[in-house]
Amino acid sequence: MEFRTYSSPHLPATGSVSRMMGFVLLALLPGSLCAVWLFGWGVLINILLAGLAAIAAEAAMLAARRRPVLPALQDGSALLTGVLLALALPPLAPWWIPVIGSLFAIVIAKQLYGGLGYNPFNPAMAGYVVLLISFPLELSLWPATGRVLDLQDTLLLVFSGSLPDTLTLDAITMATPLDAVKTHLGLSETLSEIQGSGVFGSFAGAGWEWLNLWFLLGGLWLLQQKIIKWQIPAGMLAGLFLTALLFYAWNPDIYASPLFHVFSGAAMLGAFFIATDPVSASTTPHGGLYYGLGIGVLTYVIRTWGGYPDGVAFAVLLMNTAAPTIDYYTRPRVFGHDGS
Amino acid sequence: MAERANIQNASQQTFDRFYRFHGGLKLAGHRELTVTVPIAPADIPPLLVLPLLQHIGEPAEALVKPGDSVRTGQMIARPVGMVSAPVHASGSGTVVAVEPHPVPHPSALPADCIVIETDGRDQWLEAAGGLPDYRSAEPQVLLERIREAGIVGLGGAGFPTRVKLASGKRAIDTLIINGAECEPYITCDQRLMRERATEIIEGVRILQYIVQPEACTIAVEDSMPAAETALRDALEMLQETGISVTRIPTIYPTGGERQLIKVLTGREVPSQGLPADIGIICQNVGTAAAVYRAVCMGTPLLSRIVTVTGSGILSPRNLEVRIGTPLSHLISACGGYTQDVERLLIGGPMMGYAVNSDAVPVIKTTNCILAVTREEMPAPPPALPCIRCGRCTEVCPADLLPQQLYWYAHSDNYDAAQDYDLFDCIECGCCAYVCPSHIPLVQHYRHAKTEIWAQEKQRRKSDLARQRHEARLERLERIKQERAEKMASKKQALSQDAGGPDPRQAAIQAALERVKRKKEQAGVSPGNTDNLTPEQRQQIAAADQRRAAQQTGDGQAE
Repeated sequence: MEFRTYSSPHLPATGSVSRMMGFVLLALLPGSLCAVWLFGWGVLINILLAGLAAIAAEAAMLAARRRPVLPALQDGSALLTGVLLALALPPLAPWWIPVIGSLFAIVIAKQLYGGLGYNPFNPAMAGYVVLLISFPLELSLWPATGRVLDLQDTLLLVFSGSLPDTLTLDAITMATPLDAVKTHLGLSETLSEIQGSGVFGSFAGAGWEWLNLWFLLGGLWLLQQKIIKWQIPAGMLAGLFLTALLFYAWNPDIYASPLFHVFSGAAMLGAFFIATDPVSASTTPHGGLYYGLGIGVLTYVIRTWGGYPDGVAFAVLLMNTAAPTIDYYTRPRVFGHDGS
Repeated sequence: MAERANIQNASQQTFDRFYRFHGGLKLAGHRELTVTVPIAPADIPPLLVLPLLQHIGEPAEALVKPGDSVRTGQMIARPVGMVSAPVHASGSGTVVAVEPHPVPHPSALPADCIVIETDGRDQWLEAAGGLPDYRSAEPQVLLERIREAGIVGLGGAGFPTRVKLASGKRAIDTLIINGAECEPYITCDQRLMRERATEIIEGVRILQYIVQPEACTIAVEDSMPAAETALRDALEMLQETGISVTRIPTIYPTGGERQLIKVLTGREVPSQGLPADIGIICQNVGTAAAVYRAVCMGTPLLSRIVTVTGSGILSPRNLEVRIGTPLSHLISACGGYTQDVERLLIGGPMMGYAVNSDAVPVIKTTNCILAVTREEMPAPPPALPCIRCGRCTEVCPADLLPQQLYWYAHSDNYDAAQDYDLFDCIECGCCAYVCPSHIPLVQHYRHAKTEIWAQEKQRRKSDLARQRHEARLERLERIKQERAEKMASKKQALSQDAGGPDPRQAAIQAALERVKRKKEQAGVSPGNTDNLTPEQRQQIAAADQRRAAQQTGDGQAE
């Protein structure tokens, strides 16, 4: 009798990449639904456009590179990249914004580097930053909270750029809390003076605080399911919170509160879903903590003194470049070796 | 560091707390298949196949040839060198071959074996006799008995027990008896502890007498309460207080020597070092029982307990098996295969290896035969790229970075792989088990290790060749130089001749002149004319006179 010979271990493996990506997509659901509720149909249109463009780009690139297309598509990583990018984009942006972003993320930032596992930069953030630098106007089209367009008007705006006569772009869009705070502070106003402008909600930016809370919830579930490790989110939130606390304690008139910072913009989405992209992050047990801390501190620095209202994307990309160095200096002590 | 130093200075290990090794897995035990069934003896098969190498070290040297008849217990191959072990006939009969035969080894290459056709009578050799009163013997005598009995570590590695017991550069303070079954499915040690606890404890006492440790414990997993009870009962019955039983958490691979030592003592065996380097010796429970039989009953290692299990076996159970029994014979003894059996493993599902045929024999280290169906262990799915998620790092009991090792091993960057401590990998398989990309990580590490060994061998060979070549060049150069020097001195001599008298001619001339002068001095050359007696001088004078007279006479006659 002839038997099949395989290499050890023989116990069947328990997890899979598609399962991991599936869990992450699932964990994005509460935050995404909150975004739809806050900002309207545009969020869903973005997810659909960016997701489809990402999958199409992945398939085309794999075919061009003569790699098996189906197994790679099934891992769900391209879809996740598209969805993460879409959640970072303003919901009223024209249709080609998510499409171009996804194409850049998949074609340039991912596949040209060798595909899944080989990209040094977070593809979704690379795509987002390219859009932010190239199309700053379109990237500012955040809907005014509480004035949600219906599906028909949203489709019209996204695909043709026109609005019903009763509406103007200025009427339906508004600055995000981070943007508003930056603008007002730039005009030498103090934070207490801004209080009345409706920028702040119960404990952070209006509307956005809930969005961040739901992303936090999804992230905690991922932690509990052991899909992500605690080091990176903890490091990032600690870096952001503590830096904000330092300046807030020094001068609360011109520096926003730490709570405002961790519940505004892409803080929670970044901490649990973007910075934790394993491929481009630090991979050692302690490295994640330093990597996260770096992202948190840089996010604060860019938000406070940089040219853009939010800084998560730039901070992630910057720390991506530092990940190999962090890994090199945070190698664990191997069993039976001296600690020093 | 300070904490570790404290632990090392502790004079007496008490085993009242556990230490945690990093990572590891909680695996489904699958032990219910066999754990409740008592050990049954297996028949002696018609053919016994006994490999000359069943241990770590040098293969034994055959003492028999085809046609020889052998008895059960007879030594048929003797150890060669220090790290080696003899092989005994595990049944009586006739040697039919000493030749290469398939053996249980991952390489699937045949190796030298002694094949015995058994006679079905199991006639034993007159035993050397037991030494139940071993305390009156020198430890050295007992060590020799253990070596003569062919005992090697029965837990899986197969290191000759005698060598292990006497390998310490320093005194041994702790003796650990490993009853932690290393992998799922395997229950042979557990059944042994349940059924033969007394034998194990007697064996441990002998080991204690030999090594003289300060502390001694038998480690059992918390998943085997019956074995623990059996051991405790036996200890009580024997009124033995110098041996304790320690219940440890069941986390794969606790049964690994280094991990077990860490769990019990908090000490880490140094990388590339041995437990004896930190004053610890670790022996398997089966080895302890074998030591008892060898010392107290004079029986060499002829059989062992093997777990035959898995979804591919009709009635899984533990068997007491003569070493050399082909797997097929054991599987028939367990009712045979189920219909859809696909994989046959020797050892456990994590570190065991697959064999393609059941013709290979049980050897001293075979603790488990695992036959599984495709449903139980499907073919591995295709590997995807590594996404550096770090799951592997979380479970690695050696604190390695398996993803980095993979990265370097995969890209043939072996220097970097070694820099990331590739050789500290124990190949436990935890990393591959949790890998979401289904990368056969252990296979990559094994390949890299083999490549590095091959390169090292190649490097040593080419170093030697280069040294030889360099030596040859040097020699040729030296000869050339010597020749040149000789030539130069000759030339110089010749050129001197051109100016003045040729020294050779002068020498010849001088010699000729000396001869001529001598002849002139002596006329007739006298012989030894120095120390002569007066009579001899007179005789010579007389002879000279006669010669002179004769010459005169001759002249007159003319």
